[in-house]
Amino acid sequence: MKKVRIAQLSCGAEYSGVQKEIYDAAESVGAEVFFPDIALADVERAVKKFGLDVKSADLKLMIARAMALVDGKIDADGVFIGTCFRCAEAAIVRNELRRYIPENSKLSVVSYSFTERTTAGTLLTRMEALTTIARRRALLAREEQTGITMGVDSGSSTTKAVVMKDNQIVGTGWHPTTEVLASAENAVTDALAMAGLTREDIQAVGTTGYGRFLIGKHFGADLVQEELTVNSKGAVYLAGHQRGASTVIDIGGMDNKAISVIDGIPGTFTMGGICAGASGRFLEMTAKRLGVDITELGPLAMKGMGKNVPMNSYCIVFGTQSLVNALAAGSSREDVAAAACHSVAEQVFEQQLQEVDIKEPVIMVGGTSLIEGLVHAMGELLQTRVVVPPYSQYIGAVGSALLASGFVKGE
Amino acid sequence: MAKVFIYPATSLILSDLVARFGHKPLGAALGIRERIQTAGLESPPLQITPEEPKRGLKYAAVEVPSGVRGRMAIYGPLIEEAEAAVIVTEADFAFGCMGCARTDELILFTLRQSGIPILELKYPTNEEEGIAFVATIKNFLKGLPNGGEA
Repeated sequence: MKKVRIAQLSCGAEYSGVQKEIYDAAESVGAEVFFPDIALADVERAVKKFGLDVKSADLKLMIARAMALVDGKIDADGVFIGTCFRCAEAAIVRNELRRYIPENSKLSVVSYSFTERTTAGTLLTRMEALTTIARRRALLAREEQTGITMGVDSGSSTTKAVVMKDNQIVGTGWHPTTEVLASAENAVTDALAMAGLTREDIQAVGTTGYGRFLIGKHFGADLVQEELTVNSKGAVYLAGHQRGASTVIDIGGMDNKAISVIDGIPGTFTMGGICAGASGRFLEMTAKRLGVDITELGPLAMKGMGKNVPMNSYCIVFGTQSLVNALAAGSSREDVAAAACHSVAEQVFEQQLQEVDIKEPVIMVGGTSLIEGLVHAMGELLQTRVVVPPYSQYIGAVGSALLASGFVKGE
Repeated sequence: MAKVFIYPATSLILSDLVARFGHKPLGAALGIRERIQTAGLESPPLQITPEEPKRGLKYAAVEVPSGVRGRMAIYGPLIEEAEAAVIVTEADFAFGCMGCARTDELILFTLRQSGIPILELKYPTNEEEGIAFVATIKNFLKGLPNGGEA
């Protein structure tokens, strides 16, 4: 199979010691990373034209290369933009190029700020999404589910399964992820039982999530695909907004995704995962500390006022400590629940939503979209009504089942 | 013979000048290419690993970007070894180039703090300045211990 060509625009990757990790991540998803070849003489000229007068020469090179890609002088299937974490000058360039490239070309862009600790594993899902968009554009354009298909989403916190038949969801299953295969088996058994079908009836299977490769092999999946493209597809499908622009937000158990979607295909996307304080895991811990089930946290938060509780921490440990201190100082459980929801929403807003262009409708998916207080807090921050489609907690499984129908015989 | 750190560290012209006057140039020994097909303008010739940014902690704190620390892991020991330095500022890319402005600031500061003899001059923009440029470097190098025309 022809390799997907990903153009690398970076500053500091080699001296941070992570260039090999970038190569390895691309290699593992059948892509190759290359550096757009430009003339030294063109660098200053391009920077002047772009108008961002930075001092670092490698940042100037990034700008010149981005312009060469946009002008069509160099062919690429996708773009990876990477700069050093904590470099302000680089962050400005990275941010502007992430905006400039999709606005002026059809290239998909993923950006990342690395440290010397960045590994190929961290970059894998992002690179895979770039290759999926390049390779499976036709499949991603699918708007209707046909036949009988199953999707399984092996997430870091929960495993979800969905059975679909003739464009309808006929069975669902949901289990906490403990042992990956056993959790998937349980979810699938429940979904099939609800649908009144057997495994033999399933015509195609799709898997996604952290455990996608393992469960994909186990179930003999026709489609094994990362969650960025799958969730985008599932979100616009369930929200009934398959055409045009939209923004998908998925606050997961271990990481968050913010995806700017056009016609069901991701344009720009970010995937955060450095800090657990901005994840669903923090809300789980909050619910546990408050002595309520996670399903009760949302309604509880809706009754409280988050502003009454001081919370100013990006860290799950210190964030929990703030909640404990607030409870000890006499704050109500409702206020604490609301503060936790606001804290997570605010961190996602500050750290990730600034990196994608927010276009309405804003669709929230994943298990955390059922936490009413979190959706409310996000809507307040974005000053818009956030759409939570039906079956939003099964988004990855629905997206997988929908896309897997492209593999049903006769399709 | 003195060990002379050159800045930009990738300048082959500076490296050659230092060697011509009987000294040992300390730099990256990299050629700047007409076409850039590598990650950066001064991509390292050696295999840098994640260990280099950690070694760079000797010269810059952990909150300093990894790319700066990785570069300092290479240039820091050279600066420690240097007995003199020639610094050319505002140089044309083709003369020699460093990719990261923050590393440049730290390298120049570290050199100035070291107390070694330093010649700082601007990159020439015309022939007249060019002649004066070479003459100034020549005089500086000749004045260093055991310096002389090679």
